[in-house]
Amino acid sequence: MPDTDHRLYLVAGAALFAIGFYSLVVQTHLLRRIMALNVMGSGVFLVFLTLADRTTGSVADPVPHAMVLTGIVVAVCATGLALALADRVQAATNKVDVDDGPDGSQDATDAKEARRG
Amino acid sequence: MDREIAMMSHVFDWILVLLVLALAWRSLNDCDLFRGVIQFIALGLLLAVAWLRLRAPDVALAEAAVGSGLTGALILSALVRMRQRERRGVPASASSDTSRTLQSGTSNRSRVLIGALSLALLTALGWAVFRFSAQSSGLAVESLAKLPESGVTNPVTAVLLNFRAYDTLLEIGVLLLAIVGVWALRRGERPGDDLRERPLLMSLLRLLLPVLVLAAGYLLWIGASAPGGAFQGGALLAGALVLGLLAGLAGRFLRRERLLRTGLTLGVLVFAAAGLLALWRTGGLLQYPAGQGGAWILVIEAAALISIGLTLGLLYLGGRPEEEK
Amino acid sequence: MTILDLITGLLLLAALFFFVAGTVGLLRFPDLYSRLHALTKADNVGLGFAVLALMLQAQSWSEVFKLGLIWVLVLAASATVCFLIGNEALRRGVKPWTGKSP
Repeated sequence: MPDTDHRLYLVAGAALFAIGFYSLVVQTHLLRRIMALNVMGSGVFLVFLTLADRTTGSVADPVPHAMVLTGIVVAVCATGLALALADRVQAATNKVDVDDGPDGSQDATDAKEARRG
Repeated sequence: MDREIAMMSHVFDWILVLLVLALAWRSLNDCDLFRGVIQFIALGLLLAVAWLRLRAPDVALAEAAVGSGLTGALILSALVRMRQRERRGVPASASSDTSRTLQSGTSNRSRVLIGALSLALLTALGWAVFRFSAQSSGLAVESLAKLPESGVTNPVTAVLLNFRAYDTLLEIGVLLLAIVGVWALRRGERPGDDLRERPLLMSLLRLLLPVLVLAAGYLLWIGASAPGGAFQGGALLAGALVLGLLAGLAGRFLRRERLLRTGLTLGVLVFAAAGLLALWRTGGLLQYPAGQGGAWILVIEAAALISIGLTLGLLYLGGRPEEEK
Repeated sequence: MTILDLITGLLLLAALFFFVAGTVGLLRFPDLYSRLHALTKADNVGLGFAVLALMLQAQSWSEVFKLGLIWVLVLAASATVCFLIGNEALRRGVKPWTGKSP
């Protein structure tokens, strides 16, 4: 689409990645972190697909399309695996967030106790 | 007239991008986690619109079905599982409440620090992507030149299953690894209660399930010439499976573990066998004999469709199906 | 611009009206049941108009059929989901709004 402003979408992809990164580090809840990883992935997909759209012909570049298609399915698989791991974390520690702030060491002892008990 | 249309689509692009960014922010930082997940699903749908704007209908289909629908269903069901466990489990420390607000998380100082870091990241990445030239044909010319030899007329399917078929082979392997990992980690609970007492839902499913399976086959077939293919079709199959699981219809199916395992591995096995057969026949891994590309692609895609559908659907259980006592 | 394009435009405007009405209802109505009502009724009509508009622009009869199928499926799904959500809410004791302030 020659009238699409590609720079807008490219910068939006970078912004999605940055939003995901910020939330990944700041948020401590495991589900939020998993969603943040997905948002970062979407940012990368946005950059890829925008780069594919720069062709002058009638169709876009199909190679990035195929890569992003692969990426979306791999992302959902990774999400499923991560959710199963989060379930295990909750079963082992009774917690669904990893708060490794000042009391991060407390978490480690909690986990040890849970494993012993 | 043309200038007005260009202007309108420019405005549309801006609104779309701003909505996407706002939703991404809200979905990750909303103080109510449930609302965040719903916003995350909406974000996926908006991204599908963006993919259409960027002339990527194949990806838009996959994003709407997989990125938004299935990922959302996975996260929602995990959230419900976690809350149920919290409710009946030992009263854990206050910080483990899934609905807690975000203020109690990271301290304000590190928040500012990470914010500054993210802004630096945004500036660096934004600068990097901003310098890309406005026009480039990428690999479009090369792919389209070889398209008649690939056996299909949809360039994306040609790339996925012919030009870069080894990528897809490895990807189907990743799918298998993911479900093996999930099955090794947990046993899945049977989701929800028995919904057979809800006649309206059952009559909807009686209509919907056959249509979904039919549409999956249709997408697989049409993928050779138009947007569609094994991934989009597999996502529909997975959706049908999730609906069946939710309604308590798939219990008998889940008990047949050998059948499930066969279905899950079918894609990798057929794909790898086709690769080896092609290696023997033509001397190149996954280099199909000239003129037969279409048939090879269809066979591989049909096997992949079943595996993708089963894998994505069974991921919803969040673990290995419960054995019958 | 042919007469067909004009009709398409009018139908799309009608669709837009119903979608906006449904969204306003979703945001402004007082309780879950009336919000469900706004969403499933108004949006289905809006989608119906949009589908009609696109049917006029379709290249072949099979496209017309597929567009119609999409509408029927959305109708069936949203009617059922509306019932399920409403029913579950009633079972959990969400009180319908009666207009009287408590």
